[in-house]
Amino acid sequence: MPNFYGTEIASRLMLGTAQYPSPAILAEAFRRSGAGIATVSVRREAGGERAGEAFWALVQELGVALLPNTAGCHSVREAVTTAQMARELFDTRWIKLEVIGHADTLQPDPFGLVEAARILVGEGFEVFPYCTEDLVLCERLVEAGCRVLMPWGAPIGTGLGLNNIYGLRSLRAHFPELPLVIDAGLGLPSQAAQAIEMGYDAVLLNTAVARAGDPAMMAEGFARAVEAGALAHAADPMEPRDMAAPSTPVLGKAFL
Amino acid sequence: MSAAFTVLGGGVCGLAVAAELAARGAAVGLVDPAGAPGPHACSWWAGGMLAPDCEGVSAEPGVVRHGRRAADWWEARGAEVIRNGTLVVALGRDRSELTTFSRRAENARRIGRDEIAALEPDLGERFAEALLMEAEAHLDPRATLAGLRARLAGQGVAFRTEEPADGPAEGQVIDCRGLAARDSLADLRGVKGEMVVLRCPEITLSRPVRLLHPRFPLYIVPRGDGVYMLGATQIESGERRRATLRSVMELLNAAYALHPAFAEAEILEIGVDARPAFPDNLPRLRRQGGRLFANGLFRHGFLLAPALAVMAADLVLEGRIPEDFHEDHSER
Repeated sequence: MPNFYGTEIASRLMLGTAQYPSPAILAEAFRRSGAGIATVSVRREAGGERAGEAFWALVQELGVALLPNTAGCHSVREAVTTAQMARELFDTRWIKLEVIGHADTLQPDPFGLVEAARILVGEGFEVFPYCTEDLVLCERLVEAGCRVLMPWGAPIGTGLGLNNIYGLRSLRAHFPELPLVIDAGLGLPSQAAQAIEMGYDAVLLNTAVARAGDPAMMAEGFARAVEAGALAHAADPMEPRDMAAPSTPVLGKAFL
Repeated sequence: MSAAFTVLGGGVCGLAVAAELAARGAAVGLVDPAGAPGPHACSWWAGGMLAPDCEGVSAEPGVVRHGRRAADWWEARGAEVIRNGTLVVALGRDRSELTTFSRRAENARRIGRDEIAALEPDLGERFAEALLMEAEAHLDPRATLAGLRARLAGQGVAFRTEEPADGPAEGQVIDCRGLAARDSLADLRGVKGEMVVLRCPEITLSRPVRLLHPRFPLYIVPRGDGVYMLGATQIESGERRRATLRSVMELLNAAYALHPAFAEAEILEIGVDARPAFPDNLPRLRRQGGRLFANGLFRHGFLLAPALAVMAADLVLEGRIPEDFHEDHSER
C-alpha cells in the first residue's frame, strides 16, 4: 500500500471532492470505493471569512486523509499563498501543488512548479506536485525535496487515460522507490488498472467519478480495477511474446 | 385576526407555504424582518427556470417528479409562466457534452439547424444541433415574488417585519428562513451562486438557453425587453456578498461564446448569494424545537417550493406525512 511522507494509506485510490451532484453522493462514492485520500480545493471556496467551512466539515467527516490542493492557481505566489491558507485550515503539512501553466489545457507550469515546490518544502510542507511525465522535471522536483510525484495521465478532465505509456514506464523505472501517483486524465477503471499494473502506487481522479451518471457505482468500479491492477503487479505478470505458446502440450505431434 | 400559522421568511419558500396554507383556509401571518421580497432573499437572484428535465441530469429523481408540478402551481397563483421549453446547446469541441446530456435527460429531443433557427433565429447560425426540452417553462422571479405577496395580502395574510413583542409568534411556526436558519439547522450549508443581468437589445431569445461546458456551464434566461439573466456559479461556500472577477468573467465569457453580440450588452447587475442546501441537496420538512422547518431548496427554489409547500400544508393541516422531503416524524 502506498506510503506518503511516512503515512501508510490503506487504498490505492484517491478521489477529488469537486463536481459531485451533492455532498451526500460524494460521501457514498467514498464509502463504496474505500478511497484512502480526499483532495480538497481551497482557492475558490475560502472566500473572505472561511465561508467554505460547512463543506469542508462534510469532507472531514469522510474519515479519510485530506490532501488540500492549490487547484486554480496560475502563479507561484498564488500557489504558495493558497498552500499556506490550506495548512491553516486543515492543520496538515500535505499539499497537492498545482501551478497551472496553460488556461486551456490546464497543463502544469513546470518552471513555476519547481520554484513553488522549493519554497514550500523550505517552509516545512510535504509537497505532492501535479506534474507532467517529463523525467527532467521530475528530477528537479525530487531535488527540490518532493518525496511523491503525481504525473498526469492526460490533461485534467479529459478522460483520455495514459497518454504516454513509454514516459510513465520510464519514470517508474527511474524512481523505483519513490511513491508515484497518476493524477488527472483518467476516464475509465481499465486505465486505472493499467497504471497500477505498471507499478504506480496510486491513482487520483475526480471528474471520471463525479461526472458519471452514478458516481458511487463508478467509484466502486475504479476501486475494483485498482485492486485488480495491484494483484496483477504483485503476481509478476508474464512478458508478452510474439509467438503463440500453447498452454496445453500438443501430444503426438513432431516437436518443431 | 389571530394567526393559526406564522411563517418565518418571505422568500420563495415562505411565500409558497403561506399561499398553500391560505388557499386551504388557514389563518396565516408571515414575518420577514427585511419586509417585501428583495436582494436579501436568495430567490431574488434566481434564474426562474422551471426545468425539471434539465435538472434531472444531475439531481435526484424526486426533483424531477415534484418539479414537474411547479409550472401549473405558479400559474394557478397568478404568475406569468412562459412555456417555451428550454434549448440546450454546446460549442463545437464540447459536442460530447450534448451526447451525455441527451442520454441522461428525460424528454430531450435532438433538433437540427433549421429547427433551431425557427425557434431562436439568432442561434440558428451558431449551432448545428441542440436539445429541446419541450415541457419546461420559466418565469420572472422578482415579478413572481412581488405578485404572490400582493395576492396573499389581498387574501388576508398578515405581513409583519417583526415577531410580536409579547412572546413567541402566534400559532404554529413554520420556519422558511433559508440560510438564516443555520442558527438552528446544523447540517444546512450555503452554496454560493453568482449571476449577471445584461441588457442586449440586439439579441432576441424567447426561452432559456443552457450552454453545456465541462468547466463553465451557463444558462441564460430572457426577462423580456432585451434583458437577460446569466447564471450561475455553484461554489461550496456560504459567502453571500462577494462576486469575484473570475466568476463574473466566466459567466460573461460563456455568454459571449453563446453569441458574440453579447459583447455590446450593458451590464445591469451583478448578483451574489448563497443557496440553502442539505448534504443531499434535497429540500426537507423537519420538526425541531417546536417548529416545522421547510428549507434546503438549493438551486431549485421556484422549481420545488410549490411541492414543498403542498407537503407542508398536508402535514400541518391534515397530518398527512409526505412521501418525500420529510425527514422525521418526531420531535428532536
